[in-house]
Order: sequence, then structure tokens, then C-alpha cells
Amino acid sequence: MADNAKHISAGDFKPISAEDRGNLDSEKISAPSLTFLQDSWRRFRKNKAAMIALIILIILFILAFGSNLFETHAPNATNPNLANLPPKIPGIDINGFNGTLDQSGQRINAYAQAHAGSKYFILGTDYLGRDLFSRILYGTRISLTIALVASFFDLAVGVVYGVISGWIGGWVDTFMQRIIEILLSIPNLVVIILLMVILKPGMESIIIAIALTSWINMARLIRAQTLELKNQEFVLAARTLGESSIKIGFKHLLPNLSSIIIINLMFTIPTAIFFEAFLSYIGIGVSAPQASLGTLINDGQKNFQFLPYQMWYPAIVLSLLMIAFNILGDGMRDAFDPKSRE
Amino acid sequence: MENANDILEVRNLKINFKTYAGTVKAIRDISFDLRKGETLAIVGESGSGKSVTTRSIMGLNAENAVIDGGTIMYKDQDLLKKTRKQMDQIRGRDIAEIFQDPMTSLDPTMKIGKQIAEPLIIHKGMKREKAYAQALEMMKLVGIDNAKERINDYPHQFSGGMRQRIVIAIALVNYPEILIADEPTTALDVTIQAQILDLMKELQAKTNTSIIFITHDLGVVAGMADRVAVMYAGKIVEYGTVDEIFYNPKHPYTWGLLNSMPTMDTSGTELPSIPGTPPDLLDPPKGDAFAARNQYALEIDTKQQPPFFKVSDTHYAATWLLDPRAPKVTPPDPIIERQKHYAQLTHEAIDKSRGKHIEEQEEQL
Amino acid sequence: MIDYSDENKILQVEHLKQYFNVGKPDEVKAVDDISFDVYRGETFGLVGESGSGKTTTGRAIIHLYEPTSGKIVFDGQDVSKLRTKQQKKHFRREMQMIFQDPYASLNPRMKVKDIVAEGIDINHLAKDDADRSKQVEDLLETVGLNRDHSSRYPHEFSGGQRQRIGIARALAVQPQFIIADEPISALDVSIQAQVVNLLKKLQRERNLTYLFIAHDLSMVKYISDRIGVMHYGRMLEIATSDEIYAHPLHDYTASLLSAVPVPDPEYERARTQIPYDASQEFDGKDRKLVEIAPHHWIRASEDEIPIYKKRLTEPSRLQK
Repeated sequence: MADNAKHISAGDFKPISAEDRGNLDSEKISAPSLTFLQDSWRRFRKNKAAMIALIILIILFILAFGSNLFETHAPNATNPNLANLPPKIPGIDINGFNGTLDQSGQRINAYAQAHAGSKYFILGTDYLGRDLFSRILYGTRISLTIALVASFFDLAVGVVYGVISGWIGGWVDTFMQRIIEILLSIPNLVVIILLMVILKPGMESIIIAIALTSWINMARLIRAQTLELKNQEFVLAARTLGESSIKIGFKHLLPNLSSIIIINLMFTIPTAIFFEAFLSYIGIGVSAPQASLGTLINDGQKNFQFLPYQMWYPAIVLSLLMIAFNILGDGMRDAFDPKSRE
Repeated sequence: MENANDILEVRNLKINFKTYAGTVKAIRDISFDLRKGETLAIVGESGSGKSVTTRSIMGLNAENAVIDGGTIMYKDQDLLKKTRKQMDQIRGRDIAEIFQDPMTSLDPTMKIGKQIAEPLIIHKGMKREKAYAQALEMMKLVGIDNAKERINDYPHQFSGGMRQRIVIAIALVNYPEILIADEPTTALDVTIQAQILDLMKELQAKTNTSIIFITHDLGVVAGMADRVAVMYAGKIVEYGTVDEIFYNPKHPYTWGLLNSMPTMDTSGTELPSIPGTPPDLLDPPKGDAFAARNQYALEIDTKQQPPFFKVSDTHYAATWLLDPRAPKVTPPDPIIERQKHYAQLTHEAIDKSRGKHIEEQEEQL
Repeated sequence: MIDYSDENKILQVEHLKQYFNVGKPDEVKAVDDISFDVYRGETFGLVGESGSGKTTTGRAIIHLYEPTSGKIVFDGQDVSKLRTKQQKKHFRREMQMIFQDPYASLNPRMKVKDIVAEGIDINHLAKDDADRSKQVEDLLETVGLNRDHSSRYPHEFSGGQRQRIGIARALAVQPQFIIADEPISALDVSIQAQVVNLLKKLQRERNLTYLFIAHDLSMVKYISDRIGVMHYGRMLEIATSDEIYAHPLHDYTASLLSAVPVPDPEYERARTQIPYDASQEFDGKDRKLVEIAPHHWIRASEDEIPIYKKRLTEPSRLQK
């Protein structure tokens, strides 16, 4: 039983000295102190897919908003002579990137036929000879602008609306919820078609349509969460101390809502991006000559059989955007709210 | 320690949890047995590892749990070596568990009759009618009035106490060999708690199920347990029969626990309490984990973990105070009172058995 | 020890009713016409099972709810008649609350020092930042935590430590009266004793008055001077804690006391629980609190008074 008996001296069996007792801290905490953000970041980093999505999105953001720096040609400059040229990247001799086309079983050099000289278009050109790469960058910029606009309304309207509705409660809450239900009952497409009557198709009408409805989901989630937080004991404690409602909102509600806000934002954004692309695709969104991923896909599909690249590239970028935002949203949910996974 | 009556033998179990901050040594080498038909109470504070122990028996530990060694032998099989599928079979048929919160352990969308009958259909392949008939029997057994009318009710239609009865019915419907009760009455009011505890004792007498009862409430332990194991910081520090633990405790932690619970007669300005908080198992202390909170701590407590010292055949305690070289310490007054009572009890028992012995001899003559 | 004269009343609750969803089909009479007084310097224990309305009573007293009817007089002032900002602020400083759930009662996104200093900030009790930090650290020390814990977040603490942070937050505004809403029910046994000792020590040092809400009868008996027993939103019996144990007059009180588990195996083996049939409260008789002996109140109808008077002279029904 007592294997180590030989190591023990009789002196060990005296009551512990006051000095030693002082060294034994019975209120010790060993774990390092982590703030909420540090802790979330620690979990987020471990999620490889989400990290990749984040990096892809950062790259897309830089490319799109710095498109003036990266674009190889003016996105709206037409040049009928150079129409429908396939992608060509100098120094790469792979079919699909070497400027050759498959015409009735034969590979021909489209650039030579069009007398393009030393010009090259890394993703090719469309039926008006516009540079596809620059147009995709431009379209991505529009998609990301829409994303920012939707986020803005989510935060400025959705969060504020939800917090007020949940915090005040009572008939105010009932009234505000009825408004939301009425707004929800109007299909978005109807709103935008009606707007078309007043405004011309374009970014303005899309933004107004998004402003009208995109924040509703956020408002509902925030309201539900606020109702729950409002009865949490730490909020009650603040009330018994006499804290004002405004301060409770900023000190107690918003910090505890932040994860829900960010997570929901990540799911609003792809919805808004897709909404814009869809409108542009069916022709009531961004109008010519401006490029949007939706119009590009629409243009590309007309030539899809012969010049598939014209649709493939914008479609890939759109998919990439949507998938990346969704995966990022998932990763953020797991990072901020680890319990939700179980 | 091996005993033909043992139904479950846990040996040298060590379980760690991997977390970002490091490895939490949740169970640090524990061993115990469970005998047929007995109730073993595992007492300890939150974080002492009592729930982790039972979850290991059930094979239900969290994903980041690592078994660092040991065996859990049930019917000559090591439960730690079972696959998930095999454990699914054992759970509910041989070993069942009831949890603290009756609401979360019931499916709110399923009628209770179905919830009670389902284990029978799954584990025993019983026909539906037969299973429902047995479910009805079980509902009557656990004291649900109008069982026949209520078999198609949903959990929310029952009060908290009734829900816990339903949970017990589900757990016992297969007549498991072992029932693990993890703080089954903590969420209930005292009057309901008393009813549920009586029910459990009554059912145990009928079914001869072995119960592992986890709780932090010593009052409940006193009423329920045959044997008690006291856990602290991932170790068992003292175990023995219920009378030995309550009337002849040897470990200063057990003293502290018993003292810090006021009885209806306690008065005075200060309640004896254990100072401080349990140690952080990320970085367990080198010697006795209880040393920092122990007013009887010895120098050696800071250097080396105490082994188990034998008090009686059934009673062991891990404290250096029991080493022959240790100074004699005087336990707190209420503990001395308890020990006096114990001396009385054992005297009576000895007298009684002696009397019996003589009678037997006379009969033989 | 406690001065039970009318002048020494710090809190008077008169015919308090607190209903929720009034007029709707799901109307709840959480508190249904209760009256009691609390005297300066005492601990008044409020016991009852879940749904008895004890927590609602506490929250109504500290004015988290607007009472449906009735009066709450604190320090000579009707709480629902506080109009000016100054009066309200004063009331909030005089009366504080300690909450039940050590995990929900601290904002997880705030540092301990900001949690404790919340009341200091609201009432501008600190001269400058250094003074604020010093006050917070002193408070942490008062409740037995380390001074350097102030820059940590609540999730790093154990339940008992969190509960002590909650106590420090309440103490920061130097209240006279503290409502402790089941402050120990979520804690481990050894930690419960610590918190109770801390509360008692603070009471001695600062002459605090407590309304101690709990369902654990042995702890309530230990800490309280007087105890009120609630059931279904009504006050059934009020007496000093020794008296209520010696002579539990109401059947419900007796049943409740007989159900408390005792850490004594022999006692437990011999336990007999006194059953209680709640339907006797709903037989339509007109009942009100009657002072049947000095400081011993019981909810009774006229014809029940002699029965209870007789019970007072009989030995306790509880097992010894």
C-alpha cells in the first residue's frame, strides 16, 4: 500500500506551517483568461473550411473593390472586332486558356482570326468584345455592394427594431410584430416590379426592395433573444441597481446579442446577393451596359453551347461567393455559439 | 476486494478531458465495486468527477474525453472496450440511467406510453400490445394514478414529480441490473423528493436492482445508501457503509461535508464550512488535493498523495491522518458526537451478535 | 435580540397581489394577497416549493414588477409612490438583491470589476478610476476573493465564487436591506456554508436586514430569525424559526418539515413523512392570517382557530 514509505521522514507528519498554508491558494484559477472574442477566434481557427472561406472572401473583396487596379480593360468598353474571344493567358498552352477555339472539330486560333495582335483577355470577351474578367470583377463589386447594403439595413433597422420590440414588450411589441407580418406577406418580386413603375431598373430599386424586407429576419431573431435576455438575472440585477434602459441596451443586451447578429448577418448576405443576381438575370435588375453577375450569366447562357466560358466564369464566382458566405456563417455560429452544434 | 456478489467492478479508472487550456484530469485513478441489490452513493461536489464516472460506465462521455487507463468490468466484460453499438445494447437493457431534469430526459413530442414501451420493443423485440401492457404495469408500479387514461398523455401534461416517476418507469421497464441515478431529485421540491426516494427504495426491494446514486445531498444519502463513496477532485477519498461514513468518518473532507450541513438543531453564529474552492483539475496539486482547504493538513500532504488506509474491512480512507506516524488530531465536535454514537452502535451490534452466537450454541447443544 | 416594535419595521407588505396576464385565459395569481413585516436587523426567511410565489414576492418588493394591488412600504415610504428620479435612486441604493443562478446573474461579456462597479458607476460613488478600482478590490476581498480576480470574466469562476461576486455587486451601493433569492440552492454543500457564513458576517458588520428566500428548510431555519411559509401564492404561517419547528401548526408546514432529509442514517430509516392534502386550502372557507400566539401567525378560518390553539399546547408532530 505504502510503496513510497521510505521517502517519507517523520518530520513530514507535522501539521503544515502557516507559511506553507499561505502558499496553497485555495481560490486559484489556472486557466488563462480569455475574452469572449479570443475564445471564439480560437474555435474559429480550428475550422479549416471556414478559414478557407474567409480567405476567399477577403481575396474577392480586395479584387472587386480594387478592380480599378486589377482590371485589364475597361469593363464597359465595346469592341465588336474582338467579340467572343476565348480566354488567353500568355505563356499557358492549355486548351481553354491559350486563345484557341474548337470549331467543327478543328482548333483554331481565335485571336489570330480577329487580328487581335498582342492583346489578350485572360477570361475572354463577350459578344460585344468586352473583357469578361473586368466585367466579372465589376459584377462582383455590385454583389458585394449589395451585401454591404443588406448588412447595413440588418444592423441599422433589424437590430434596433428587434431590441426595441422585445425590450418594451406589451402592446408596442404586438404592434411592431404586426407590421413585420404585413411586410412579410408582400412578395419581394411584387415590390420590385411595382418599384419599376416609378424608378428605372437598376441599383436604386434593388436597394429599396432590400431595405424594405431584408432586415425582418434579423428583427425577429433579435426580438426573441431580447425577450429571453430581458428576464436573465444579470439584466434584473442591473434594473435593481437603477440602470437606465438605454444603458442596459448597450451594456447588457448588445454584447450578448452580438453573436446572433454576426451569425445572422452571414446568412442575410448570400440571400441578398442571390436576390440581386436573380433580378439581373431575369432582366429587372442592373441594366446594360453595367455588369452584374446575374446579367453576365444571362448573356453567357445565350452562347453556352459554343462559348461555355462566358457563363461558366460568372457562375463560378457567384457560387463561390454564396458558398463562402454560408460556410463562413456556419463557422462563425460554431465559434460564437458552440452549444448550438449539439 | 473481489466478491462473488459484485456486479460491477471499476478498477484504476483514469479519464482526462482535452481542452484548449490543457488536459483536465477529471478522474484520477478510482476503483470501486457495486454489489447485487445494493445502493452505492457517490457523494461529491460539482467537478469532483462523480458524473464523469457514471457516464463512463454508460459509455456516454463527451467527445473530448480520453480514457487514460483502467477497466470497468460488468459480467466479465470490460465496458470500456465495447463498441458504440454494443454499448447501445447494454444501455437500457442491463444498465439504465435517470437524470436530474425530468423534463429534458423525456421527449416532449412523444406520448409517455410509447416512451415507456419503446425500450421493450427495441431491446426485447416485444410485440407492441405486450410492450404497452407492460408499460401500463410499470406506470402503476411507479404510482401514476389513472395509468390507463394517462398512457396517451404527453410529458407536459404531468407535474415535475410525476415526470420523474415516468423517467423511472422508462429506466426500470427492462428490469436492468444496474440503475444509475444522477441527482434524480435535485430539481424537485422536498415533499416530492421524499416521495420519489421512497418509490426508488420500494422498487429496488421488488426488482433487486443495484443502484449507483449520485448526489451532493448528504441527507438524501443517509436515507438511500447502503454504502457510500466520497469523491473529491477526481478521486475517491473515503468509502464505507453508510453508518461508517456518517457515524465514524475519518477523512477531514467528509468531516467538513457533514459539518457544513445544518440540521434542524444547528445554531450558533457560524456554520462550520470548508474554506476555498475545489482545486482546478487542469493543474491538480502535487500532494493531497484537499490540503489547501484542510485545517488538519500535514507537511506530507503537500508532497505526496495519501494511500488508502484501512479502517475496517468495509471502510477505507485516503488521508495521512490515519498513518501511525501522524499526530493525533481532534475532529470537530459534531464529528466526535457522531463517533460516540457509532461506538454505541457497534457495542450494541457486538452484544447482539454475541447473544445470538450463544443462543445458536445452546441450540446445537 | 431583534427589536420587534412597530417603529423598527423596515418593510411592510400589505395585501400584496401580483397577477400576471390579468384578464386573459392564462391569468396567474402568482402572489395572492399576502401581508408581512420585516424588522430592521433581522433575517426573514420565506420558504415554499416551486410555484409558491416566493420569488415573485421578492421581485415585487424590489419593484421589478408593478404590483396588481396592495402596498409595499419600505423605510416609511410607499414604494409605488416614488416619483422623482432622486427618490427612485435612493430606493435602489437602500434595497438590493442577490440572485439564484450564479451562471445567469453575471453578464458573461463583462469583466468582474465592471460587474461589481455597476452600482458605483450608476450612483457616481467613486471619485476617479483609481478609487473605483480600490472600492471594487476591497469588495472582492470582503467576499473572500482575490483582489487580482477583478480583471477576469465570470465564466472563469466556480459557482460559489460567482455567487460571491453577485454579493459584492449588491454591497457596492451600501444597501440596508438585501433580498436573497435562493442564493445557495445552486451551490454545493460545502460552498453553501461559506456563502451563508459570509451573509451572516456581513449582516453583523453592516447591520443588514435580509429577506432570505429558499426552499431548503434546514438552511433557512439556521439563518432566519423568523420564517414565513408560502404555498400557492398565499402566506400560510409565520413564526420565529424555533417556534415553527417546535410547533408547526399548519399541516403544510408540518409536511414540509417532515420531508427534509437529514444526514443521519438512523433518523432516515425511521422517517415518517406527514402527508398533506392541498385541497383543504380550497374548501371555500374565508381565511386570513391570525396571530394565534405572540409572533406566531397562521392562515385560518374562524372555526379553525380553536384547533390551532390546542395544537400549540401539544408536543411537536415531527419525529425527534
